[in-house]
Amino acid sequence: MNGSKHRVIVVGGGLAGLAASVRIAEAGLPVDIFSIVPVKRSHSVCAQGGINACNEVARQQGYSEYEHFDESIYGGDFLAHQPPVYEMAHWAPKIIDLLDRMGVPFNRTNEGQRDLRLFGGSLYKRTHFAGATTGQQVLYALDEQTRRYAAEGKVTKYEHWEFLWPIIADDGACRGIVAQDLRTMQIRAFRADAVVMATGGNGLIFGQSTNSVMCTGGAASRCYQAGAKYANGEFIQVHPTAIPGADKLRLMSESARGEGGRVWVPAIKGPSGGWTRHPDPARDPRQIPASERYYFLEERYPKYGNIVPRDIATREIFNICMEGLGVAGGNMVYLDLTHLGREYIERKLLGIIEIYRKFVGEDPAEVPMKIFPGVHYTMGGLWTTYTPKPDLKGMTLGAPNSMMCSVPGLYAFGEVNYQYHGANRLGANALLSCIFDGLFCGLGVANAVRDAKRLASDEPQALYDRAAEQENAKQRRLVEGKGDQNPYQIAREMGAEMTAASTVVKSGPRLEQALAKIAELRDRAARISLADTGMWTNQNLSFARATADMLTLADAILRGGLERRESRGSHYRTDFPERNDAEFLATTVAQCNPDGTSRIAFEPVPKGIVEPRKRTYGKKDDAPASKPADAPKAPALALAAT
Amino acid sequence: MPTATPNAPTSSRSRTVRFAIVRCDGPGKPERTELFDVPVEPGANIISCLQWIAANPVTIEGVRTTPPTWDSGCLEEVCGSCTMNINGRVRQACSALIDAVSPSTTPPGPGGATITLEPMRKFPVVRDLCVDRARFFRNLERIKAWVPVDGTYSLGAGPTESPDHQATRYALSTCMTCGCCLEACPQFLREDKPEAWDTSFVGAAVISQAVLFNDHPTGATLKPQRLDVLSGPGGVNDCGNSQNCVKVCPKEIPLTESIGAAGRQVTVHAVKKFFSGR
Repeated sequence: MNGSKHRVIVVGGGLAGLAASVRIAEAGLPVDIFSIVPVKRSHSVCAQGGINACNEVARQQGYSEYEHFDESIYGGDFLAHQPPVYEMAHWAPKIIDLLDRMGVPFNRTNEGQRDLRLFGGSLYKRTHFAGATTGQQVLYALDEQTRRYAAEGKVTKYEHWEFLWPIIADDGACRGIVAQDLRTMQIRAFRADAVVMATGGNGLIFGQSTNSVMCTGGAASRCYQAGAKYANGEFIQVHPTAIPGADKLRLMSESARGEGGRVWVPAIKGPSGGWTRHPDPARDPRQIPASERYYFLEERYPKYGNIVPRDIATREIFNICMEGLGVAGGNMVYLDLTHLGREYIERKLLGIIEIYRKFVGEDPAEVPMKIFPGVHYTMGGLWTTYTPKPDLKGMTLGAPNSMMCSVPGLYAFGEVNYQYHGANRLGANALLSCIFDGLFCGLGVANAVRDAKRLASDEPQALYDRAAEQENAKQRRLVEGKGDQNPYQIAREMGAEMTAASTVVKSGPRLEQALAKIAELRDRAARISLADTGMWTNQNLSFARATADMLTLADAILRGGLERRESRGSHYRTDFPERNDAEFLATTVAQCNPDGTSRIAFEPVPKGIVEPRKRTYGKKDDAPASKPADAPKAPALALAAT
Repeated sequence: MPTATPNAPTSSRSRTVRFAIVRCDGPGKPERTELFDVPVEPGANIISCLQWIAANPVTIEGVRTTPPTWDSGCLEEVCGSCTMNINGRVRQACSALIDAVSPSTTPPGPGGATITLEPMRKFPVVRDLCVDRARFFRNLERIKAWVPVDGTYSLGAGPTESPDHQATRYALSTCMTCGCCLEACPQFLREDKPEAWDTSFVGAAVISQAVLFNDHPTGATLKPQRLDVLSGPGGVNDCGNSQNCVKVCPKEIPLTESIGAAGRQVTVHAVKKFFSGR
């Protein structure tokens, strides 16, 4: 093997990127990691609740990897390809073991075993956790291993560098990237025999979300514009429980419900069993008698109660507020932990409780929390392929096309990959899918590079010079622009429009209207003038560039939503409220037109090992239907930043 | 009422707060202070105000300037990005709520409060409120802040651990490398030359990370190397025991306990080395 000739680039230093880097470096190939932020500060730190895996306790109660697989497929409303999910569920216990060996401080039982908690979409305890900052702890473990490999010279970190464009050679394969040093603003082309995109989600397209400030989806959009297909863009997870804030929506973990938190609104029960608003909107929640608390999730879903999957909880909370039953008639419901006792809450949920205390100024051990849904996770992403096993039970380990995009040599791991979660992600499956992609598919990348007939080092320098010049030229146009448009204003309008039209409830006419708005914003984005044209740490420039890229992805998200004339998982159309397997048991595949608009095709979901079945989560037939108001007002999560 | 504010406050519940931001165009460039009046809604924090200023970069004199530059990430006080000095105290900007930092409702001007934002002073300034914390990460590498596992293949579970031991490790493991403890430390001095980093004080967070990894059964195999660093120049003996670190830590990590533990480990290490002759 001629290791020194090869190079792999990983873009993004979150869980997926670091797991891939460690695995590829371990296979003997040098890795260059590019990240906008120091990798230890990646958005993965925000994951709170935990990581799912079958475990011995659950197994002895009848749970298995197969159940984990089945729950994930059912939770995703049968849109996910089944072989990758099957493989992931079977790797999950091994991944927990590995993280345990790396020193992740998982919570422990009295005997010293890993403790478990209940999470949405399952009736078994199969979620492993480290306090309420599991993502932070797991990311740190991988950051530490990456630091070790960096110290040994196997990994090179390019931190404070932004990915600008994939470099595609004349045979159609990706053989490098263009990136920019965000301090010196230098633009450079880098050679690589494979490029792994691990750049996460796109919450910022929706203005306010639970995402970190760098989660613009800009990197995915650039790959999409360069020819990579984008899949299932319309599937955006709106987390049921977020804390509204001036700058972002802060996540209140599903673990709050998994550990016994109850969702309710103050209301009065009528003689016929229906609930109506209480005349006094200003009551102290602690003084409200039990008979005037409407635990609507528990009443409507007696089997799963407060731990129904996220899309269902979100729609129910949204609808309760639209019906005027929200706290004080507004867009808020109570998430109540007070009955659990301070000691229990602080032991199991300290991290998230602190977030609420710090950012709201109230103590959840004393007062019920006020929450509302917020944009949280991108189920869609770059389209990828893989090699299924012949019996469809898993994927072939080490296959060179493992999670490869439609552009050969370009891979997508983690949240930017559209696989695993279908139409709705189950809580605590995200950390798992990110690490699984890195470890399982990283081996495929290593094999692909070792067996490659043509290497980046064979490519002419002109290919790289041209790519760097193309990005320099784009930047010059932006810097020299003399228009009248402010990128922050455009981003704000985009966020408000996307949240109002394309989150909890959607309809054909509203999506059409949003597409027109995005087209208007795209025109205006061509007339941006920067408030800062200097060439040193110019954040204004990076933001303006990402804004244009977000608009391109917004178009794909809206058009996918418009053409998917059904409701499935997180995608709910008031004009097509039922799932339609005959037409739409299919992946939405978007391709980018030269003008930044998208064209949509549907690709049938391949047959798997479980047949689609109705997804009800045991909802009581006589419970009020989950039918939202036809013309929803823009919810609180639509409020743009000041 | 301010007249030069580019956008008038939009809500009756909002008020106007004046910001004094210490600006610097780049390494070696002079500093200046610019004043901005910002309409503030209830629940606003320093980041939401900076975002507003970036979108409306006009000073109180009505002069258009460049948007200020700052680091931020999660905005949930878990990534460690947005450390800065706010009214002279180092902390995370995201969790600094305006109503807590500046409760005065007096409008800007004579008698009105001003929120001052300055970059951390113990690290080289990149631009405005952005600093370069590379030295911090370099020190994590020096003390080998990792568990040396036998690779990423499936080799069974890690060691079992009591809940108390987990709680101790978890507390130390929430360190987000924000740098508050270093900024507040009288012994941690700014050092711009990377060649001097390896002999300058490592500071509380790095010492605490060494203790964390020494406390893990597999991590402990590197304990002698970690203690070599901590017993050398810039090691734990440079601590002056001011205890500022533990007062400013946003995660309330027991840093002084870590420093105490590291001090004892270094002593034992020195005795062992003396008798073994290695």
